[in-house]
Amino acid sequence: MNLELLALPMILLVSLTGVGLLISIDWRVSIGALALQYIGVFVFVAISWPIEMAIVKLVAGWMASVVLALANAGISERQSEGHGFISKRLFRLLAAGLVGLVIASAAPRIAVYIPAVAAEQLLGAGILIGLGLLHLGLTSGILHVILGLLTVLAGFEIIYAAVESSVLVAGLLAVVNLGLALVGAYLMVIPELVVAEEELE
Amino acid sequence: MTAPLVWILIPAILSVVMFGLIRWQILVTILGTICAFVLAITAWLLPVKEQFLLGPLTINFSDTWSVLGRRFVLGAADRPSLVILYLATAFFFGAAYIAHTNRFFVPVGLAMVSLLTAALAVEPFLYAALLIEMAVLVSVPLLTPPDSQVGKGILRYITLLSLGMPFILLAGWMLSGIETEVMNEPLLLRASLLIGLGFSLQLAIFPFHSWIPMLGKESHPYAAAFIFTMIPGAITLIVLGFLEQLPLFSAIPDVQLVLRVMGVTMVVFAGLWAAFQNNLGSMLGYAAILEIGFSLILLSLLAENFVSEGLGVFYAMLFPRGLGLGLWALALALLRTRTESLDLQDIEGAGRILPVTTGALVLAQFSLAGLPLLASFPIRLPIWGDLSQVSPAITIWTLVGCLGLLFGGMRTLAMLVIGSEEQVWKVSETRGEILFLVAGMMLIFIWGVFPQWILPSIVDLPFKFALVGP
Repeated sequence: MNLELLALPMILLVSLTGVGLLISIDWRVSIGALALQYIGVFVFVAISWPIEMAIVKLVAGWMASVVLALANAGISERQSEGHGFISKRLFRLLAAGLVGLVIASAAPRIAVYIPAVAAEQLLGAGILIGLGLLHLGLTSGILHVILGLLTVLAGFEIIYAAVESSVLVAGLLAVVNLGLALVGAYLMVIPELVVAEEELE
Repeated sequence: MTAPLVWILIPAILSVVMFGLIRWQILVTILGTICAFVLAITAWLLPVKEQFLLGPLTINFSDTWSVLGRRFVLGAADRPSLVILYLATAFFFGAAYIAHTNRFFVPVGLAMVSLLTAALAVEPFLYAALLIEMAVLVSVPLLTPPDSQVGKGILRYITLLSLGMPFILLAGWMLSGIETEVMNEPLLLRASLLIGLGFSLQLAIFPFHSWIPMLGKESHPYAAAFIFTMIPGAITLIVLGFLEQLPLFSAIPDVQLVLRVMGVTMVVFAGLWAAFQNNLGSMLGYAAILEIGFSLILLSLLAENFVSEGLGVFYAMLFPRGLGLGLWALALALLRTRTESLDLQDIEGAGRILPVTTGALVLAQFSLAGLPLLASFPIRLPIWGDLSQVSPAITIWTLVGCLGLLFGGMRTLAMLVIGSEEQVWKVSETRGEILFLVAGMMLIFIWGVFPQWILPSIVDLPFKFALVGP
């Protein structure tokens, strides 16, 4: 199968999932978007790597999504739409648009420095890195910080896959992704443990 | 048998075993301390790449362990780092129970040190970024145990250290290009920019330093001090190896200047901020930043010439740092059990019921500020001497930073001993607490007053293990 044909639709997919992660406040939508995002990452990585190795990214990403979903399912709902929700969403959409423009204009210049990376890969990776950094800059909740970090790392992994094909590095990056999800889950569950202990006392 | 198996795999396995024994905290603390101490002594005594006899068996002690096409190498050059890393670990583990750390401290700490050792050993060493990231993730339960609230500092710690990793990995790829080409200046410049940014994020260099004072305030002070000692300590050792192995980078004219300016900025900034902190945990964080600044300054001096005593001073600098931060944190941990918080207004007069703790705390602060006759002074003296020959202005600025920390120490002392006339002085620390605090104070004094007893053997470490010529 020629995966390069899928690259353009995948740019659209990762853009949509990245924006979805940025504007969603429901953890179910966020984690669903993250899981979808890893399909795009898998396709981009599979352009450079054999499919059997690229699938590690998909499996690790989905496992990370499951870990985060399980942690969130176990804790009480605390999110509310709050005051100024619409304006916040609009602001984030506009900021995401700006990031998209910056990436689109900068990608051809960056491509000169990393010739091994295909233009579609670079665009997809740039969008993920840009939106992930924006996410990290705009949010401070545990889940959103972890989602932002996983998004940035996903973008980086697309670029890095084009220049490095070591099995050990692929494995370690998968461990780092899973580790981030586990740490996020741990930090999300801790406050619930404290509340439970206080109630018992 | 291979060296990486001894210093990476054995502590990793032991940390897992200790998780099983977590219910018996004293036993785990003793086991962890002995294990770390034995590993440090072994690193000092056991020659790698040699054969030795164990009864009737002849054992080849190799320095390399290959895993999936990558190598972990712990040769003679790594022995000083191993000695320092495991001695610091033993030192921190030794007082962990007295400091009321959580039950995860020793097992998680040992797993973290095992990963940091792997980061020192991995080749090409830029993959160290991945292992450092794993060590950071492993350290989270140590800073935020199950009975605590999640603060912003821990999230910032994870975020900034994770963001550093991609830059270092990409720089590694660029460096492989440099190795194949004879001299590609633009590529070298791009690689140095990437690696500089990556290490800036991971070493908490200004403006990426905010997690350190935040963690100092939010987390258990002893666990925070352990992180402040081990993570930046291991990363500076990796940077040192990087500059040694790739002289191309040291040869870039501005590298030394950039390192020096970043170092002095951190020293001045951290010292002045420490002077006006109202929380002793944050002040501890700023002292750690000041120490990282001094590491950068020494690296800038070393980058000019690796065949010098400076390399030994670099290793020796890590001892009084660990001692100062450890004693400061131990005193804070004990203070925290008797006061509402570590804010200056809450510790007012606490020195009258905790005089030994107060003495240890203030002595550690003064030592890290570089006061004569205390542990850090004999190390700071050669740094200031070498620095004054390069730039007298920068030397004066570093003194300003140290004065800031000294002022912070004086404020702490004033707040601790202030109180009404009716409030009587009494010693309310337990015997165990007094024993550890006094031992720490004695070490700080002995190191400061009689540096000739200990310092030469540490400064000679690189010569002993033949890192540099005589």
